[in-house]
Amino acid sequence: MKIKKAAIAGTFESSDITVSIQPNSENEVSIRLKSSVEKQFGDQIKKVILDTLKELDVKSASVGVNDKGALDCVIKARVETAVMRAAEETKFNWKVRN
Amino acid sequence: MYVPGNNPGMVKDAHIYGADSLMFDLEDSVSLNEKDSARFLVYNALKSIDYEGTERVVRINGLDTPFGMEDLEAIVRAQPDIIRLPKTECAQDVIDVEKEIERIESEAGIPVGKTKIMAAVESAIGVMNAYEIATASERLMGIAIGAEDYVTNLKTTRSLDGIELLAGRSHVLLAARAAGIYAFDTVFSDVNNEEGFINEVKLIKQLGFDGKSVINPRQITPVHQIYTPSQKEIDKSVRVIRAAKDAKKKGSGVVSLDGKMVDKPIIERAQRALMLAEASGIRVSEGGNDID
Repeated sequence: MKIKKAAIAGTFESSDITVSIQPNSENEVSIRLKSSVEKQFGDQIKKVILDTLKELDVKSASVGVNDKGALDCVIKARVETAVMRAAEETKFNWKVRN
Repeated sequence: MYVPGNNPGMVKDAHIYGADSLMFDLEDSVSLNEKDSARFLVYNALKSIDYEGTERVVRINGLDTPFGMEDLEAIVRAQPDIIRLPKTECAQDVIDVEKEIERIESEAGIPVGKTKIMAAVESAIGVMNAYEIATASERLMGIAIGAEDYVTNLKTTRSLDGIELLAGRSHVLLAARAAGIYAFDTVFSDVNNEEGFINEVKLIKQLGFDGKSVINPRQITPVHQIYTPSQKEIDKSVRVIRAAKDAKKKGSGVVSLDGKMVDKPIIERAQRALMLAEASGIRVSEGGNDID
């Protein structure tokens, strides 16, 4: 999917994560992470984000993330939401999502 | 217990409070501009979180909204136990959803028929059509009444004694029983009014409802307490079942207890009381399953 505009998903509530996505002129994926558990889980959070972006075929994006202790499934959900909004898509391909 | 679908904190911990059934909501508790967020969140949660055997229900948006179809495409694939349809007005509403669920199950390799349906009636026309709704599909396991919209549709307001809901509740209950499915009552919004809540649960239990929707974990225990048969009821039921077993052994068609005749409805009520007791975690020394 192609990131066409800036978009954000998630909230600042406990157990949630805000994911903001913007187009990246450098044709790469970059992640800026802010998390209260960055030392323990920073790598894992980034991994979930990168894996999700890969599944969605997003090759270029600037991702800013503010984590409040979200589980992997929540991170994935918020990334999927943000990408859909940034790509201006309304129908997700549920058939290939496993 | 209702769980707002866009709230990760609640979604991830929903099963720890002891509710018998969790209702992840994509509809009225989610704002219009977060329908997509809630859908992705509930989808991912259902796929990853172990809800430890608690029944998982998802309330989707109606097919007449811009969100309903996408909700179904996502949620059926996440394999909840039940999908709850809001604002059901006629049998066709159920048939339309069933058709889509069947298609998605086939596409996704899910055994066709696995996903059950629960219909909520929330209007006068829905209540009037309750029986046709209740019999519209093999997948339909229960029918519920949603009071807030229903009462507005009737052009009145909700009161503590609920007289405005009497016709609707009774009608839904009758339809459920005639169709052989479950009947569920509506939410009680004032979580601080414990006494009001308890009175309402007692009322709907007496009317015959199988259960009630709750919106806060604090409401769970009162429902369980009221629905759990008392020791006296359990003892009496055990004696009724024992009397019925004895009569069967003797080849007698007439069951008697304490000098009074015990006929089939009484035996069935005793069986139901013991079933409820067991569901509440009470160990009963005699079940009634082998009495016909």
